[in-house]
Amino acid sequence: MTTEYTEAWAPDQPIIDIRGLHKSFGTFEVLKGIDLSVHQGEVICIIGPSGSGKSTLIRTINGLTPINKGQIFIEGQLITGPKFDRLALRRRVGMVFQQYNLFPHRTVLDNVMMAPRLVLKEPKAEVRDRARALLAKVRLADKENHYPGELSGGQQQRVAIARSLCMRPDMMLFDEVTAALDPETVKEVLTTIKDLASEGMTCVLVTHEMGFAREIADRVVFTDGGRIVESGPPAQIFGDPQDARTKQFLSQVL
Amino acid sequence: MTNAVSTTRTRSTVPILLGAALLLASLAIAYLATSHIAKGPDDSPLKVLGRWIPFILEGFTLNILMSVLAMILATVSGIGLGFLQISNAVIIRQPARFVTRVFRNSPWLVILFAIMLMVPFEITLPHFGTVMIPGWVKATIGFTLPVMANIAELLRGAVASIPTGQWESAESLAFSRMQTMRHVILPQCIRRMLPGWMNWFALLTLMTPIAAILGVNEALGNTQAAMESAGSSPDLLIPFYLFLMSIFFIFIYPVSVWTKRLERRFAAT
Repeated sequence: MTTEYTEAWAPDQPIIDIRGLHKSFGTFEVLKGIDLSVHQGEVICIIGPSGSGKSTLIRTINGLTPINKGQIFIEGQLITGPKFDRLALRRRVGMVFQQYNLFPHRTVLDNVMMAPRLVLKEPKAEVRDRARALLAKVRLADKENHYPGELSGGQQQRVAIARSLCMRPDMMLFDEVTAALDPETVKEVLTTIKDLASEGMTCVLVTHEMGFAREIADRVVFTDGGRIVESGPPAQIFGDPQDARTKQFLSQVL
Repeated sequence: MTNAVSTTRTRSTVPILLGAALLLASLAIAYLATSHIAKGPDDSPLKVLGRWIPFILEGFTLNILMSVLAMILATVSGIGLGFLQISNAVIIRQPARFVTRVFRNSPWLVILFAIMLMVPFEITLPHFGTVMIPGWVKATIGFTLPVMANIAELLRGAVASIPTGQWESAESLAFSRMQTMRHVILPQCIRRMLPGWMNWFALLTLMTPIAAILGVNEALGNTQAAMESAGSSPDLLIPFYLFLMSIFFIFIYPVSVWTKRLERRFAAT
């Protein structure tokens, strides 16, 4: 397949287009040929057993994990070429992690404001207004002067979401963002993501929250052994799985 | 509230009071130890010491000057060397690690001798003419090198101790490597490095008297010269050396107390 660096891209074409993706760590092949395309505004939930390569897959989308073979196009741009500017890509792709990874030495408001100020060089007043609006949206307006260490896990994770959104990304990646949280704070984070999805944000989530995936996903992707085993609307995957492995996995987690 | 204020005040005055008490105690012990051999009021060891105190303190200013200057130079060069050690390029990283290892694992006195012999007494600059390099400047360079290597190691260790998640989240926010370093990693390293940094400052200050071996007129050299001028009487030894120890103690003890307090504060946050 010969593909140019940039393909003409229109919003009706896939915003994320992964073709024949292979990734190995040493001799261990984690991803064995992944093809996945995501359209603008779609919410994709990637599910599957531990070690099936879900996290690795989502991390290749913003270039955090380099790949061995295959191609990834974001908005029609090939991002897996050797010369591609990863920083330009990451301005458009937001990412939230399992461990929140807030900057502990800066206040909540600073955490949210840092990237637009430093990377996009936007005026301070403008960024501050936007940051405050986002903190209000994740229901943490009263915490702007707190340090991350003073917040609960769920609150920190919502700050991390606001921080990512302040860069005004075109799409958001969520890597098991509720896996480290107490059950009672999981809900507040999921509500935030649900709000975001309902506003039309393109979201790719790796999650173990099956109920949540069923509720918000437009498409559920089941991965196992480095391959996509089955994908489809949640009603189909959860209600009438076709593959034996999907059936077995779901019978264990549901 | 009043309690908190008074506690803080007590805390900061304790080391100074303790130092002063030590100084007085040492003088008293010296007096008691030597009073029976004192021949006349002018010859009492304490009187002799009193006459030479300004000369010893003059030498001590050189100890402070050397330690402060060496610390500034070592911090700047050590942080530079530390950054080279964590460079992505092997060709930069390996030589930096080598330099660090050499200076961390050499005796200070040997480094000092090497610098004394390698740096010329004077250098001729194109526009300034011939400039003398005094011994204390060479000694300062000699002290800088091992402390530099240890600060480089301190920085490398601090950077390595920052969770990888900090790098990943900064990268995901499109920070460049430099921006991540400057705004995310380094500020967190400074807190982790501070206690170790202050420890090296205290050690460095306490090592400065070895410059006396090389003929620098610092506190130890001046103390010995003073005792010699006063006739090298053995009863001068205790008061003179106790006084010398006391002035180092008074200067450095508050630093170690402050280090402890910073460690506690950082442990709390």
